[in-house]
Amino acid sequence: MKKLVTILAASAMLVSLAGCAGGLDASADGPKDPGDIVVGFAQVGAESGWRTANTKDIQDSFKEAGIELKFSDAQQKQENQIKAIRSYITQGVDVIAFSPVVETGWDAVLQEAKDADIPVVLTDRAVDSKDDSLYVSFLGSDFILEGEKAGEWLVEEYKDQTEPVKIIQLEGTTGAAPAIDRAEGFANVIAADPKFEVVASQTGDFTRAGGKQVTEALLKSNPDVDVIYSHNDDMGLGAIEAIEAAGLKPGKDIKIITVDAVKDGMQALADGKINFIVECSPLLGKQLIEIVEKVVAGEEVEKRIVADETTFTQEQAIEALPDRKY
Amino acid sequence: MNRIFASRLFWPVVMLLALFIVNLIAFPGFFSIELKNEHLFGSLIDIVRNGAPTLIIAIGMTLVIATRGIDLSVGAICAIAGAVACSIILGSPDPGSVGTVVVAIVVAMVISLVLGVWNGFLVAVLGIQPIIATLILMTAGRGVAMLITEGQILTVNSPPFKVLGSGFLFGLPVATVIAVAIFVLAALLTRRTALGLLIESVGINPEASRQAGVRSRGLLFAVYTFCAFCAAVAGLILTSNQTAADANNTGLFIELDAILAVVIGGTSLMGGRYSLLGTLVGALVIQTLVTTVYTVGIPPIATMVFKAAVVTVVCLLQSPTTNAAFARWRTSLSSRTRKGVAA
Repeated sequence: MKKLVTILAASAMLVSLAGCAGGLDASADGPKDPGDIVVGFAQVGAESGWRTANTKDIQDSFKEAGIELKFSDAQQKQENQIKAIRSYITQGVDVIAFSPVVETGWDAVLQEAKDADIPVVLTDRAVDSKDDSLYVSFLGSDFILEGEKAGEWLVEEYKDQTEPVKIIQLEGTTGAAPAIDRAEGFANVIAADPKFEVVASQTGDFTRAGGKQVTEALLKSNPDVDVIYSHNDDMGLGAIEAIEAAGLKPGKDIKIITVDAVKDGMQALADGKINFIVECSPLLGKQLIEIVEKVVAGEEVEKRIVADETTFTQEQAIEALPDRKY
Repeated sequence: MNRIFASRLFWPVVMLLALFIVNLIAFPGFFSIELKNEHLFGSLIDIVRNGAPTLIIAIGMTLVIATRGIDLSVGAICAIAGAVACSIILGSPDPGSVGTVVVAIVVAMVISLVLGVWNGFLVAVLGIQPIIATLILMTAGRGVAMLITEGQILTVNSPPFKVLGSGFLFGLPVATVIAVAIFVLAALLTRRTALGLLIESVGINPEASRQAGVRSRGLLFAVYTFCAFCAAVAGLILTSNQTAADANNTGLFIELDAILAVVIGGTSLMGGRYSLLGTLVGALVIQTLVTTVYTVGIPPIATMVFKAAVVTVVCLLQSPTTNAAFARWRTSLSSRTRKGVAA
């Protein structure tokens, strides 16, 4: 009996994921209806609230536009993403779109797509390749600009103060493009005034737990810090918990600037715990469809398209919060 | 003197003290602990709180390793426990009630225990090598957690659940109190009874133990289930600390940290003799290492290399060859002084 139970438990666990069977679409030449277009999208994974909002928006937008979308989740692994792109090539989709997990190592598979005459659109993240004919367009945020926006707010906020402003920076995953660029843009702007001093800069891996742990430790060695600049909302939310545990008031005793503007972050902004958020919009679906339609119709598209984005202060957050989608 | 040198705990403790000193130089207030909002506050408190999940898993891992096994699935079990608890709390009409949280925790624990039994079944009954047997759940488990969370990060806003990771009991972090309780439980159960001896005997020679009348199969089931229990507790603490179930990242690579803690503590991966106290020191070394990176301000790009260097030093110091060399050096040193005295 005991054995039977364990075997049952065993077999229940082995129910595995079914693979997706895609039919072979013969790609015909000439203009197409939206209904005939097939787009393959290779997503990074579901590593953050931002990413899941991105996935949902793309899926919903394609459904609304009546364009068939083949979707795959690479679970943050480049090899999975390359496999997915190869399978889209064999299936003969009309356009391939993907957010590269890392910046390098794409030349071979992108060349295969080019040889098969399938245009590739990069969303949200860029690839580091010398040959920019391998993709038709890159749609996404300008991370350097985001860092600059964060820095500009800080300069404005402290323009009347002459004493030094001490800043802790919570970096994203080491080596990731948003982490490098957001640090660079921010540094460019605050470098103009020597009163701004980044006293510590550590990675929190874009996670809430990481942001919390780093802030806890850094607050002890730098108790007189004025500002925390976090490369995403989640680390900022972790920092809020660490600041509260230290008996201080986030947003007042220590000002917080973050990037992303996901719902939890916007809520904290509206509650006065965060002071400023630079938006990094995951809602790329509409713009992606425009590109896809243009590409399929044979029109030229811009090589670099920046996503429509804004910034939020506490007052703006209170207004924007009720209809925030993600 | 020689007994202290020969102790397996000597080098890990030296390493821990060395890290403390480095921290103290970089940040003079490192040892200060004060009372804030009716709870203790300080760097050392952070270390024992953030190190609690690794320590808890390392305790379970110590017993598994003592049977000459290994459990790679603990990280995945962390993710599953967190995912189950969060989806139950989110699905209930009243996420803030203590009852809901208790139900969520109990269900998460029960599911994790079943997974532990599954590991035990593969190892003890089917006789699959532990590294392969638990590898199955390590890879599949995150998938299971993803299915439970439907690929989303589930953020929970439930005060009673938050207590587990961020709360305080008599001024001490709840996570630390739980870790200490599990440590004491494991130590009493295995060292005040014959259980520990039996586990070691299975690790040294399973066949001989069986012929001597030790029920090795039952013992293996017990240690893998206990390890899964520890993993579930740690997973719930981690999830509560980040107030969200994250199927991809909760407990990621924690199995490696736990194994490292066990090894730094002087327990051999070949099974047999184990030291829970050593594991405790090992877990503290790992967490202090993390804190050191922040206080000293090591740039993130160099963090991995720094950690690797420290771990390499600990392992080198502990290796039997190095220890034998040290012993020879000490004897020659003492004989030389004796000669000096005679002359």
